[in-house]
Amino acid sequence: SYAADIISTVEFNHSGELLATGDKGGRVVIFQQEQENKSQSHSRGEYNVYSTFQSHEPEFDYLKSLEIEEKINKIRWLPQKNAAQFLLSTNDKTIKLWKISERDKRPEGYNLKEEDGRYRDPTTVTTLRVPVFRPMDLMVEASPRRIFANAHTYHINSISINSDYETYLSADDLRINLWHLEITDRSFNIVDIKPANMEELTEVITAAEFHPNSCNTFVYSSSKGTIRLCDMRASALCDRHSKLFEEPEDPSNRSFFSEIISSISDVKFSHSGRYMMTRDYLSVKIWDLNMENRPVETYQVHEYLRSKLCSLYENDCIFDKFECCWNGSDSIVMTGSYNNFFRMFDRNTKRDITLEASRENNKPRTVLKPRKVCASGKRKKDEISVDSLDFNKKILHTAWHPKENIIAVATTNNLYIFQDKMN
Amino acid sequence: QENETVTPERAEEAKLKAKYPNLGQKPRSSDFLMKRLQKGQKYFDSGDYNMAKAKMKNKQLPSAGPDKNLVTGDHIPTPQDLPQRKSSLVTSKLAG
Repeated sequence: SYAADIISTVEFNHSGELLATGDKGGRVVIFQQEQENKSQSHSRGEYNVYSTFQSHEPEFDYLKSLEIEEKINKIRWLPQKNAAQFLLSTNDKTIKLWKISERDKRPEGYNLKEEDGRYRDPTTVTTLRVPVFRPMDLMVEASPRRIFANAHTYHINSISINSDYETYLSADDLRINLWHLEITDRSFNIVDIKPANMEELTEVITAAEFHPNSCNTFVYSSSKGTIRLCDMRASALCDRHSKLFEEPEDPSNRSFFSEIISSISDVKFSHSGRYMMTRDYLSVKIWDLNMENRPVETYQVHEYLRSKLCSLYENDCIFDKFECCWNGSDSIVMTGSYNNFFRMFDRNTKRDITLEASRENNKPRTVLKPRKVCASGKRKKDEISVDSLDFNKKILHTAWHPKENIIAVATTNNLYIFQDKMN
Repeated sequence: QENETVTPERAEEAKLKAKYPNLGQKPRSSDFLMKRLQKGQKYFDSGDYNMAKAKMKNKQLPSAGPDKNLVTGDHIPTPQDLPQRKSSLVTSKLAG
């Protein structure tokens, strides 16, 4: 299989009707949910390919001797305002606004042109006729409407659209910029953590997101496990945070690995805006925006890996960046793990489940069987031992439909869409 | 008071230090982070390249191949060795 097929981002649009994926080869594939079939009330529509296009190309910055990957790091949808759909896609350096529009009719019956486009001999035109629109096979076209380039020295890890639907932020390792969707030749720098002397560099920005309701508020997470909440009304440059979220460290537990595994790989606000979730190497934490000194909930994703940190450091897996997501009602959170496993935590019942995304182990249209990893000791039947986990099968990207219990789970180069059983 | 039981993390740390005795007390943040910031950096020195070309004259240019005995300075990538940067013309397998 091609390296270009490695899926690098997955995102539902605001209605859940469309699902976009980005890959290492710079391509975007959009799936559309079928209209509900009245006769099949027990299942929701399937997702079929709707559009695919090349979003980014590989580039070489000759001035800096820098190879710029075409890999799509993030896709974010704009809310739909008219017939067309818009999304932002970004690689390490350039953000693009894409318009996806449908064409299902075309004009026929021109006066001066034949159907194939050739011009008619004017002397043969003796009558006047009005061209009419006739139906044609649906064509979905993607066109780049804006290119937001040259604003990031370091590698872009996040983009987030503001609730004002006019501006958005883009974050790289050391800086965050604010853009207006209509303006490509200017952006405002709102966070800059680059030290004057790079030898003093101790942390980088790992993710950033706008608050879902407050257009002046955003958060960014760091490689040291902290989250800073900033208010753009306070000052033009938000280098001083309004709130700093950090769980105090247990000094007796400190090791060589502590800082690495505390690095936050993803931060996501709840739909309500009251909470935010962070993902670090071993856990998912839920924070109440009103409480900075510790998370309100902590869920262990794969605690059994704590006694494997040495080999996970040697094979670089300890640096894997897992994402996390909320369901539509903020009652369940989901994140990926290794061996094509993914985990869900129900915040109300405190129950959790491990499921597997693999064709070999799951027949289509059957209920997924819960999995269990045996950390040590005697392995029960159907349990998988830690040592037989495949660390090359990582689920880094997952997404939850905004309204329904439909989830999209990306393995290295396959996309799985699961839905819950409807009675 | 000595803690009798070693936490799993500390045990893993001991394993790593046994394998790599020169590893510092704490991962030097700036080392990791600098590596991360420098992702994508590819160096090509046209001066080295042209000097090597001049030295070689009629001989084959040394390529960045498996011959590890080449002294650095002569052992430089040539345009032929750089990976071809073609755009992805192949459709994603997800698009069928």
